[in-house]
Amino acid sequence: MFSDDALLAEIPRLRRYARGLTGDATRADDLVQDTLERALLKGRLWRPGNLRAWLLTMMHNVFVNQYRASGTMDFRPPEDLPEVAVRPQQTDAIELRELERALQQLSPEQREVLLLVTLEDMSYEDTAHILGIPIGTVMSRLSRARDRLRQVLAGQSAAPDYLKVVK
Amino acid sequence: MRHPICEDDLHAWVDGRLGAARRGEVNTWLAEDPSRIERVEAWRSNAEALRSGYAALLEEPIPARLRAAVVRRKPLPALRFAAMVAWTTLGTLTGAGLGYHLGQSGSSDVDTLASLPHRAAVAHAVYAPEIRHPVEVSADQEQHLVAWLTKRLGAPVKLPDLHDQGFALLGGRLLPTPDGPGAQFMYENDGGRRLTLYLSVRDDGAATTAFRYAQQGDVGVFYWVDGRFAYALSGQFGRDTLLPLANSVYHQISP
Repeated sequence: MFSDDALLAEIPRLRRYARGLTGDATRADDLVQDTLERALLKGRLWRPGNLRAWLLTMMHNVFVNQYRASGTMDFRPPEDLPEVAVRPQQTDAIELRELERALQQLSPEQREVLLLVTLEDMSYEDTAHILGIPIGTVMSRLSRARDRLRQVLAGQSAAPDYLKVVK
Repeated sequence: MRHPICEDDLHAWVDGRLGAARRGEVNTWLAEDPSRIERVEAWRSNAEALRSGYAALLEEPIPARLRAAVVRRKPLPALRFAAMVAWTTLGTLTGAGLGYHLGQSGSSDVDTLASLPHRAAVAHAVYAPEIRHPVEVSADQEQHLVAWLTKRLGAPVKLPDLHDQGFALLGGRLLPTPDGPGAQFMYENDGGRRLTLYLSVRDDGAATTAFRYAQQGDVGVFYWVDGRFAYALSGQFGRDTLLPLANSVYHQISP
């Protein structure tokens, strides 16, 4: 069993990954909480090793279950995203918002792969292990995710959504 | 001979996971066609944007509810000792209250058991009259209900079937108890009269008690402890009506 401190130390990274997956602060923390509870419940099954990868595997399972159960974690077309006028105070907040909107236009499967590799700096092998898919699938999803993100962000920078809203 | 450059090489290039030699080969290949560079440069700069865009989240303080999810099941030994001292030596109302409050630490289960019928009757009185929202998860999602409460209570929850006694399951809900998350299942008979089963988890395990009966106003409560759970069956029924129901519940859920 891991220590409470070891688990607490992973929370910031779990929150960041969950935020990328869900695109919403509250849902992200719900996902983290469910993941932590599952981890504590299954803690006896954990063998000393990579705690972070193990927790990310838990989070993947919780995410997939929720997304299957509710159907609402799926791809959301841009017109369904909340149209909230953004006050241009902090450029990094705007940048994050733009990224979140762009990420939500990827499929959940593409988002997982992209975030594990890019944000979590997981190896392709670990990513395949966490998601329970072959490494070839990791690589092909990564190509689709990156091309899609490029396409979406290129479109957004030509006509940023937040400017349209404020106008 | 040079291996042909493939898509995997391009990702490894973006993610900085190529050896120097292969990196040089990929650079040469990219230089042959500007559209190749444009594509992987976009990949690379978007990856950079993701890392910097999300970096601030790592600096945020951990929300209290997530911290609590990790540490809540382990009361501090010092507090447990203080509760024992307060309970055994002072014996005052304050001490009893503290002992009761920290009953989850295992210092005393007599007091949590004593308050059980009252807590169950209050929960019954609050939720049983509800017309629109008597339960959080309804009986048509029975599997989900059991899985959810098992997860939240941290112990395998069993759901008794009282059809033979004329009561159909309406569903259940999560409840706060002095011992952490608890649960309430609600049943209804053809006459619309309701019965609730209250569960709370006990950390100290093995004890078992006999059935006890308490009357709380017009609510009758049979309660007992079995293994990790304390149970209380409540309803606006007489003792003679409740006893066979309690028996049936007991026989279905005892391990």
